[in-house]
Amino acid sequence: MNFNGQTYRRIAAFGGVYSNHIALEAMLNDVVHRDVEAIFCLGDLGAFGPHPNKVFSLLVQGGVNVMQGNYDNSIGNHLADCQCGYTDPRDNYFAKLSYDYTYANTDAQWKWWMKSLPTEFRIRLGRYNLLMCHGSPRKMNEFLWESTTPAHFLKKLTVDYHADVILAAHTGIHSYRALPQDKHFVNVGVIGRPANDGNTNVWYTLLTADEGLDVEFIPLHYSYRALAEEMNEEKLPAEFIETVETGWWTTCLEILPAKERKRGKW
Amino acid sequence: MTGENVNTVQHPTLELSSLDNLWFQVAGTLCNLKCNHCFISCSPTNDKFGMLSLSTVERTLEESVKYGVKEYYYTGGEPFMNAEIIPMLSATLRYGPATVLTNAILISDDMTEQLADIEASSSYSLEIRVSLDGFTPEMNDPIRGHNTFKRTVDGIRRLVKVGFLPIITAVKTWDDDRDLEVIGGFLQQMLDIGYSRPRLKLIPTLRIGAEPQRTHGYLEGEEITLDMMDGYDASQLICSNSRIMTDKGLYVCPILIDADDAKLGETLEDGLKPYELKHRACYTCYMSGAICSNASSSGEKLFAEKLSAHQ
Ligand code: SF4
Ligand code: SF4
Ligand SMILES: [Fe+2]
Repeated sequence: MNFNGQTYRRIAAFGGVYSNHIALEAMLNDVVHRDVEAIFCLGDLGAFGPHPNKVFSLLVQGGVNVMQGNYDNSIGNHLADCQCGYTDPRDNYFAKLSYDYTYANTDAQWKWWMKSLPTEFRIRLGRYNLLMCHGSPRKMNEFLWESTTPAHFLKKLTVDYHADVILAAHTGIHSYRALPQDKHFVNVGVIGRPANDGNTNVWYTLLTADEGLDVEFIPLHYSYRALAEEMNEEKLPAEFIETVETGWWTTCLEILPAKERKRGKW
Repeated sequence: MTGENVNTVQHPTLELSSLDNLWFQVAGTLCNLKCNHCFISCSPTNDKFGMLSLSTVERTLEESVKYGVKEYYYTGGEPFMNAEIIPMLSATLRYGPATVLTNAILISDDMTEQLADIEASSSYSLEIRVSLDGFTPEMNDPIRGHNTFKRTVDGIRRLVKVGFLPIITAVKTWDDDRDLEVIGGFLQQMLDIGYSRPRLKLIPTLRIGAEPQRTHGYLEGEEITLDMMDGYDASQLICSNSRIMTDKGLYVCPILIDADDAKLGETLEDGLKPYELKHRACYTCYMSGAICSNASSSGEKLFAEKLSAHQ
């Protein structure tokens, strides 16, 4: 399944579900009113949240086109960790905790399903050739942070990978960069946890091709208290629950560049 | 040059997969300190490599655009010995993110203000990595020199005051079983000086330059052979994605500038060729992986308790 030849005018895209089935359901209900022709998920279905099995049938029944993220690649291939490359013992401690929980609570059939997911999508959006990937077109677990990714680097990616528009996720923070010659890079954000901005909502993205490319980030409010309660029942760490309830990231901070780190609380 | 290979073992040749990281040896081998583990033996008098000029930096930044360079790194010696470092960083931040490796001693209050200004006016990150090799003077000063602990910590304090979150970089001169104690000590020391969310990065020692006198040089068999590349993720090696510009031209990596064959030419284009990994220092790179990225530890009060409860 790689969607070559499919042309759309308006789509929705999001990354990082992180087992947040409550936000996923809210998103699928919200997007119904948004007049989109297709929905794309850029991967990382598990981690962080409770009851990892719950998101899969929502995605399938919602008709979402799902891509493999590094987390799904790890769980699907029975790897030892999530491939985020943490070096800090504290980050590793929390990453391992949620990875082991997610691995132990994901049914074999879904592991198999995740293993077989595609790793990129190519579509036409209006006149644009659009390439979707998880981290970057060249590497599934590469972080393309806004403050550490030069415009000329993104421009080169569009040339090397023959795309007018590149969509990625993986970092957890949405952003949009208009590049010279009508090229574009969009980080579509994640619906699994807040964007480290002190707000409890999460984000997804609408892309429309009319005159030019229109990129709209949609703040999505969902019952985060219900999620926090489930996480508590599942004995997931208080640090993760704090993020859901406050909108500030509390773990895995080592990968944040200076600017993004400074905008957060921890 | 120590660690030279004299026998006939065959070594792998590594292609530059993409020029992601561009380093500037901005102060050459000149440094205000003379640390005894310095892997290129920098000192106030070692002028084997000299100051890089602003015009070389500007020309190289411009050349870097077509290769899609992702990050720019400034090293020395001590970058803040170069009188043009501020305009250089300012120019860099128009192209992309910059990281400076410093001992922070020469960064005055006046300079921190200027740094904060250029950082604020760019959408790219300016990372300041400060080298400190112990969380007490007793641990640090024997390696980095008399009173250097206090002077570096004062520098960190000045940076924190204007809003920087410097990455404290420690060369790991202690045994693995002391890791938690040492990391905890560092974090506490930073909290004590008002650095409320300290970032810490540990790097392995490189047994070249001045370091062999402190411990020992490389042992027989510590080199990269052809078969060792089977199944190895070569992207971990700096030379697979980086090059360094010095006042003497373009070199393969920041580690080997003392080696005769490490000079690849004058421009970035000259640096696109592959390189044979025949030096003993290559073995350390091979064993320890990505030692030059910015990933760092985060400080949190409950961390030590949590880890010990976990074990
Ligand atoms: S380790 Fe750094 S601070 Fe110490 S002498 Fe070398 S360049 Fe200077
Ligand atoms: S020292 Fe390391 S980075 Fe330099 S050439 Fe050898 S392997 Fe590559
Ligand atoms: Fe990811």
